[in-house]
Amino acid sequence: MSIGTLSRKPMIMRILDDRVAKSVLGIIIVSAFLIPILNLWVPESSPLHVPSYLVALFGKYMTYALLALSVDLVWGYCGILSLGHGAFFALGGYAIGMHMMRQIGDRGVYGNPELPDFMVFLNWQELPWYWYGFDNFGFAVLMAIVVPGLLAFIFGWFAFRSRVTGVYLSIITQAMTYALLLAFFRNDMGFGGNNGLTDFKDILGFSLQTDGMRASLFFLSSVAVVGGYLICRMIVDSRLGRVLVAIRDSESRARFLGYRVEYFKLFVFTVSAILAGVAGALYVPQVGIINPSEFAPANSIEIVIWVALGGRGTLIGPIIGAIAVNYGKTYFTGAFPEAWLFMLGGLFITATLFLPKGIVGTKSIIDAFERNRLKLAKFLRPYDYVEGGDGR
Amino acid sequence: MFRNDIKICLTLIATVLVAVFSAPAYADVFTDGVQALNAKSYSDKGRAIDALASLSDERSVAVLDALLAGKLVYKKSDGRVFIAHKMGGVYALTSPVNSKEVGEVAKSDIKKIRINNKLRGKLKGLLGGLTLMSKDPDLRLSAANKVFTANDPAMLTLLERALAREEDADIKVRLTRAHAAIVLVHSTDRAARLSAVKTLETFTDPDVSSLLGKLAFLDDAGQPIEKDPAVFKAAKDAHKSVESQLAKWALLGNLFQGVSLGSVLLLAAVGLAITFGVMGVINMAHGEMVMLGAYTTFVVQDVIRTHFPDAFDWSLAIAVPAAFLVAGAVGIVIERGVIRFLYGRPLETLLATWGVSLVLQQMIRSIFGPTNQEVGNPSWMSGAIETSTGLVLTYNRIWIIVFSLGVLVMLALIARKTMFGLQMRAVTQNRAMASSMGIRSGWVDALTFGLGSGVAGIAGVALSQIDNVSPNLGQAYIIDSFMVVVFGGVGNLWGTLVGAFSLGILNKFMEPYAGAVLAKILILVGIILFIQKRPRGLFALKGRAVDN
Repeated sequence: MSIGTLSRKPMIMRILDDRVAKSVLGIIIVSAFLIPILNLWVPESSPLHVPSYLVALFGKYMTYALLALSVDLVWGYCGILSLGHGAFFALGGYAIGMHMMRQIGDRGVYGNPELPDFMVFLNWQELPWYWYGFDNFGFAVLMAIVVPGLLAFIFGWFAFRSRVTGVYLSIITQAMTYALLLAFFRNDMGFGGNNGLTDFKDILGFSLQTDGMRASLFFLSSVAVVGGYLICRMIVDSRLGRVLVAIRDSESRARFLGYRVEYFKLFVFTVSAILAGVAGALYVPQVGIINPSEFAPANSIEIVIWVALGGRGTLIGPIIGAIAVNYGKTYFTGAFPEAWLFMLGGLFITATLFLPKGIVGTKSIIDAFERNRLKLAKFLRPYDYVEGGDGR
Repeated sequence: MFRNDIKICLTLIATVLVAVFSAPAYADVFTDGVQALNAKSYSDKGRAIDALASLSDERSVAVLDALLAGKLVYKKSDGRVFIAHKMGGVYALTSPVNSKEVGEVAKSDIKKIRINNKLRGKLKGLLGGLTLMSKDPDLRLSAANKVFTANDPAMLTLLERALAREEDADIKVRLTRAHAAIVLVHSTDRAARLSAVKTLETFTDPDVSSLLGKLAFLDDAGQPIEKDPAVFKAAKDAHKSVESQLAKWALLGNLFQGVSLGSVLLLAAVGLAITFGVMGVINMAHGEMVMLGAYTTFVVQDVIRTHFPDAFDWSLAIAVPAAFLVAGAVGIVIERGVIRFLYGRPLETLLATWGVSLVLQQMIRSIFGPTNQEVGNPSWMSGAIETSTGLVLTYNRIWIIVFSLGVLVMLALIARKTMFGLQMRAVTQNRAMASSMGIRSGWVDALTFGLGSGVAGIAGVALSQIDNVSPNLGQAYIIDSFMVVVFGGVGNLWGTLVGAFSLGILNKFMEPYAGAVLAKILILVGIILFIQKRPRGLFALKGRAVDN
């Protein structure tokens, strides 16, 4: 996870210098244009045609990639292992879901123009105040950014100021998403309870079921991943990014040097939560449902394994990890449903034991092996009985 | 002579004929009484029931019982009344007079004697009254309660008679309660009613409270339902005092619920207090150790059921050490196989053990299937202590409280009084120094982790008694367990105890106001805020505070 000296080169040049980043981002950008074209304008009979379900699937992977990127920003560069990023993702999704719920209008099962179906079912008479404004698309998008950001800001404000670090922070982020899970399960909350929000019809007047819509959402998600990468890259390459890494490597030392550690952490945590919220907002229109199970602590931990497998603190690794793990999940839950949890569990174990730097770091293992066998042994088991690590 | 013979013959024939043809008219009072139940109107039936009950004939209990149960029928052909039992497609009829089987008939041949709710209430009261004089004290006790519930003024004289001859103090109290209730509701004598209120006031009993409450409230027009102002006031005061007594008992009940939840939390968390608290290992597979314990219980019970059905009550005694060994062994394997490479990297440990937990879950799911497994309660754990004040203490909850405390004491003793405990503490306090003293720190780690896992397995045995045994069992407890340990303070068994019970009691006391889910959410938020104030928990260990 070495970071070179602060470079004065423009960011685009720096990315072009990074072989992995260059190729992965290149593939994403190319496919962002190519896949919609192959789906919409190449006839179905052609072998080059990309079926619509694949477009939707790739779109989903892209939102996961953005989510993984957001986790890497806090974990890889600032040492904050958040086990609650699924909550920010879900909140972003709920915000956009609420807008689409309002767009249904009187086309619901009960045909009530004022209230969503589930509220009619619960015998509610009027729209709760926190649903006001969601008729407006712009407001919903704003909320998909503001709500996760605000939650992260408030949560981080309390947690970082009182210097809750390491596993304690992980555990309370997990408690946060668990509390939200329980809360959103309640019908009284006014977010559809157990069933969540679904039966969406259209967004900005365009039906969600058309190929054109799927292709556009995929395109948007790909753009969001590239954009998210650039934002994160900008942050970690800046002077602020250097301080973040310093905090990750030795928080106390950074503090003694005079940095207000909590503000740096708060900033990066909030940015990361916003990215996760955007990912959620792109995710929900593509899958057509958002329900409280998105808050499940297990989901949030799964995001971490995408990052760990891809390569923590590399920004590009998490994108690869998210796509690889989710492709594996799609394949194995279909082909060998029994085997998937074994695979996922095994992935957690092997990634932490044998690939501390993830897929992106694997090449350096091979290099190290070629250079020096002894170094390899140390590399694989570097922390045998090391006293008091600082939670890396 | 010959004429005389004929005469006798004729007389005999006539007698027989009379006897045969007058049979439906019945001779004795009881038979008539039973027959009168088949009256057209409900009020006539009511009178017939009263008449039958006043006969002081033991057979009337069975008849009235059958009437209440809807088993008293009459034949459509001749209107005679029988007790019917369904035997497959047909009904076996029994004579109510001599309880002899009369034969079987089809459903279309008979008709049930219908009763309405008013008669049902009356029957219940009367049946209670009829058993008031029974020789069996249990029957008398339940009869006294039934009479209280029925609140039928017709029972008053019977009650007074029963009260006079009753010797059992407990039953006497019950009879007094029923008597006072009837007097209060039905009497017109103000002094008697006032004294009835005084009597009732001494009962801390939800039923008494609701009876008094009926008198103490205003009707829709704002007028007291009770017309006598003195009685109204007395009833109101008495109601208030009974309610406040009941509230105290409810508080006690709540406390029990809270302690019970606390003991469950304690069991779930106590293993974690060792692996996380003492060793600093974030073991996300802790819940799965609990699950393994629960499944061990299932397997042990399954073996016992099929091979030694008589020993079922001992199943838990076998399951406890078995679960300890199974979970402990798995724990040692995890420690040697995964965790030992990750010491000093707690976040990686967290992820790796999470992976282990997924594997274990899927393993159990593949072996036993995803559905809940049936784990039975031994006889000594079923049932409950119930008091008249509405307090219910179930035996399995009581045992789990005792058990959780027992486990905690055992652990404390191991940590403080044994050689292994000494080595365990030495290694956690200063690994390098402990190693120099000749302690094999690697093995101490493995055994400590095994101990924590084994204790989690034991917890699984207890939790299998009150929760569903499914592959997801562990997931349900993992967050709660971490909350308890973090709240109580890491590395401190005492903190775990206090943490578990305070969270349990707090939760149960918030439930009536906030509902179960909201209470849990509030607790979680409370803990998140609490961690901000005291990042090392309630009872933080001093000296280890600066660990980074």
